[in-house]
Amino acid sequence: MSFINYAAREINCKIVYYGPGLCGKTTNLQYVYARTNPDLKGKMISLATETERTLFFDFLPLALGEIRGFKARFHLYTVPGQVFYDASRKLILKGVDGAVFVADSQDERMEANVESLENLQTNLIEHGLELGKIPWVMQYNKRDLPNVTPIEEMRRQLNPTGVPEFEACATTGEGVFETLKSVAKGVLSDLRKVGA
Amino acid sequence: MSASQFVMREDDFLAIQEVIDPLLESARARGVFVVDRVGQLIRQTGQMGDLDTTSLASLTAGCVAATGGLAQLLGEDEFPTHVHQGERDSLHMTLVGRRGILVVVYDRHSSLGLVRLRARKASAQLATIFEAIRKKYEAEGPGNGKTFADISDDEIDNLFSD
Repeated sequence: MSFINYAAREINCKIVYYGPGLCGKTTNLQYVYARTNPDLKGKMISLATETERTLFFDFLPLALGEIRGFKARFHLYTVPGQVFYDASRKLILKGVDGAVFVADSQDERMEANVESLENLQTNLIEHGLELGKIPWVMQYNKRDLPNVTPIEEMRRQLNPTGVPEFEACATTGEGVFETLKSVAKGVLSDLRKVGA
Repeated sequence: MSASQFVMREDDFLAIQEVIDPLLESARARGVFVVDRVGQLIRQTGQMGDLDTTSLASLTAGCVAATGGLAQLLGEDEFPTHVHQGERDSLHMTLVGRRGILVVVYDRHSSLGLVRLRARKASAQLATIFEAIRKKYEAEGPGNGKTFADISDDEIDNLFSD
């Protein structure tokens, strides 16, 4: 739910990175954080276990500049990918304006990708939303690994409707900002529909 | 107001400020914050130094969401008040209708009883204000002001030009 603050002249939007466990959601945010000008970012918060698995969420506030005299601020969140954290994933989707699905390109993770994407759809419905009706993009992560599923097959299984898609390697940053820019554009374009 | 967006204008913020400024004093608090349940900071007052208020808002919303999940597990609708007591500073959170959270930060100059008493009254006032805002923008319908209704692709692209 975008929050348009006419007093502070700000648009605040929420973007959630979703995907199966260990697909690279946190790594995406860490790369964005590391490569963003300090003036444009807030503190990155990671609520993680001792073994650095996401327990509740990661959070990164970013400012992207001005549009129509309003500062465009984006709050980036990740969800915990492990299957048993479903209750937490639902909570984090509250008020989402746009989503990034981070798919793990390794062959053996295809089933987990499909399951996680279905889980995203189910959890959005609980918030009265539909995946087809919010801006979202697909990121095929870990393309640098040797055992990856061909893009055509990933597209067939995960992106049949043809939302914007990006090949990525979040550890090196390839595709990370392209993904973020695409979903942010989608969210801002959506403001036109509601015409705040 | 569209369900997918939350619009507040200057007079809305002033109405909120008129509740939280007196609360700060009457509760002898260090800081008072009004946070949207999605995690956006709406308004604040007090002297909290260089506290990271963006993080405070996000974590407050996360905390309230998690506790709300626990409440539902137990068959409760919500837990309307949360208190976190520290050695030096403490946090008192009160749910404000379905939209907001009132956060009071206090130290040894105040007490839980006093904060709870004052926050209860203030949260009721804030709930009334939030409801009035909702009704106002609903009556205006989507597109009130239309600031962004006709933004062009170029304007959006310019944000990402570098």
